[in-house]
Amino acid sequence: MSVDIASNADLETAAGNTVYVYEAPVRLWHWINALSIVVLAVTGYLIASPLPSVGGEASDNFLMGYIRFTHFTAAYVFAIGFLVRLYWAVVGNHHARQLFLLPLNDAKWWAGIWHELRWYFFFEKLTQKYVGHNPLAHLCMYLAITVGGLFMIVTGFALYGEGAQEGHWSHALFTSWVIPLFGQSQSVHSWHHLAAWGIVIFIMIHIYAALRWEFMSRQTVISSMISGTRTFRE
Amino acid sequence: MASETFYEVMRRQGITRRSFMKFCSLTAASLGLAPAFASKIANAMETKPRTPVIWLHGLECTCCSESFIRSAHPLAKDVVLSMLSLDYDDTLMAAAGHQAEAALEEIKKKYKGNYILAVEGNPPLNEDGMYCIQGGRPFVEVLKETAADAKAIISWGACASWGCVQAAKPNPTRATPVHKVITDKPIIKVPGCPPIAEVMTGVITYMLTFDRLPELDRQGRPKMFYGQRIHDKCYRRPHFDAGQFVESWDDDGARKGFCLYKMGCKGPTTYNACSTMRWNGGVSFPIQSGHGCIGCSEEGFWDKGGFYNRVTNINQFGIEANADKVGGTLAGVAGAAVVAHAAVSALSRARSGKTEQGEK
Ligand code: HEM
Ligand code: SF4
Repeated sequence: MSVDIASNADLETAAGNTVYVYEAPVRLWHWINALSIVVLAVTGYLIASPLPSVGGEASDNFLMGYIRFTHFTAAYVFAIGFLVRLYWAVVGNHHARQLFLLPLNDAKWWAGIWHELRWYFFFEKLTQKYVGHNPLAHLCMYLAITVGGLFMIVTGFALYGEGAQEGHWSHALFTSWVIPLFGQSQSVHSWHHLAAWGIVIFIMIHIYAALRWEFMSRQTVISSMISGTRTFRE
Repeated sequence: MASETFYEVMRRQGITRRSFMKFCSLTAASLGLAPAFASKIANAMETKPRTPVIWLHGLECTCCSESFIRSAHPLAKDVVLSMLSLDYDDTLMAAAGHQAEAALEEIKKKYKGNYILAVEGNPPLNEDGMYCIQGGRPFVEVLKETAADAKAIISWGACASWGCVQAAKPNPTRATPVHKVITDKPIIKVPGCPPIAEVMTGVITYMLTFDRLPELDRQGRPKMFYGQRIHDKCYRRPHFDAGQFVESWDDDGARKGFCLYKMGCKGPTTYNACSTMRWNGGVSFPIQSGHGCIGCSEEGFWDKGGFYNRVTNINQFGIEANADKVGGTLAGVAGAAVVAHAAVSALSRARSGKTEQGEK
């Protein structure tokens, strides 16, 4: 796939020009995905470290049950969203494919990452212009969302299948091989938990970087994920 | 004697036909089989020549044997035990020394390819196996020799199945589970430290009567006993779902019998039958006695950090830390970096704005 690194001379990225980049399904998925991850991270944390005990009769309460139910509902949203997004990568425009492919043998892409790192360390005054995701963001999103998301889905449904037990599709598809692969269930919990932190850290940096690009680069970023269009300022 | 059936052996031991039929029903029930299987078991025992069992002990604490001889159903225990003691088990048999070793040789020859090998404990492999010597020879040699002519192998307990505490890091003797040493025989793992007595007698009776391994899961454990987690059948589960936990030992929740999740209970990650079959003749099991499950039938349970922590350690980092410590620290660093970076960004922007103005 081509890399969306535009040279300064490109007409497409000339100051004031606007390009349609993120189609509606991609934008919709982005925000649904963001919401489901927040819900998953919070409920997941509460599964591992539950809230203080509630009083009263057990049959009058279902707090842990609701927290787990919320986690699993958000998990289904997250997983189905992932599949639909994968479908859109096939049928959507070429920007929709970017998240799922890394142009590892493209020297320009690596140079873009280097340039951006220099920008973040204040060695460069100006960003380069990118129609799609910039290379560093591309790399991080691929690791956290494509690989990380898939890891959460695989380990998550493996844990889910333990409760659903043999006979449930999640047990056949995931539990049956993921638990033996890790050795035991507790290790799957630990890695699911650790990867959750990885995604949380990604989100912190992602939001900061998006804000910074929105205000300090030569192109729109956050508004692009709302309107779908990228506007170049200078 | 080779053609002697189980039934004949039992009758010779003075067991009545009535007791024998009871034993068959009991066995069918404890294996979770339909009532019709009782007569199948009876039939098999009456007609099949009995399969001898050789029981070896490697690096272990004998808790598996201790558990086994305390089986709740005296009949099951007596029957199986009397059959076993006919053969070879160096801790339980009457013979000792050269006499015992001669018995072992005889069974190996006479029933070549036809006996079951039950292994309690595991072989340490460092120093050519010198950390466990039996009859003057390294246990690993005895194990390999005896396994070579066995029909199938039972790995009793966490030692034989996974390694257990003697295999804990750094595992100085290189204690190694049986399936990593013997790779060419069907092996059934019956993990636990120790396994439940009725699970042991159940498994061995199944193999003796049906002449095959019970259905196993991918890790080689019999599904009928290890198909569900403690948590799936725990009687404290309603308190878990309600969000009612023991927060510290001897608190009000502990007295009320709340869920032990926050005290590090490993029931949610442990496959075993404790919450259904219980222990000591169904009297109790750890959770019922107020202590969380430590996950003793799971691989590596001894190397995961605290028994009293819900979120346990991950060993891959070479440090003792759990996901919250590693992830929380990294998130803290990332957060601080973001704040610092934002501050520097704002500062450098303000400064460059000033110089631009100054230049104008
Ligand atoms: C971004 C995505 C996700 C995040 C951040 C996340 C976070 C977490 C965390 C922190 C835990 C606690 C782990 C522990 O026991 O220490 C957890 C548990 C769990 N998660 Fe997720 N998770 C995600 C996705 C999923 C998915 C897609 C599923 C699929 C059904 C899933 C199913 C589960 C299950 C079954 C548990 C264990 C619940 C229990 O033991 O009661 N998770 N999750
Ligand atoms: S005591 Fe342990 S096994 Fe029982 S419900 Fe609580 S966490 Fe699950």
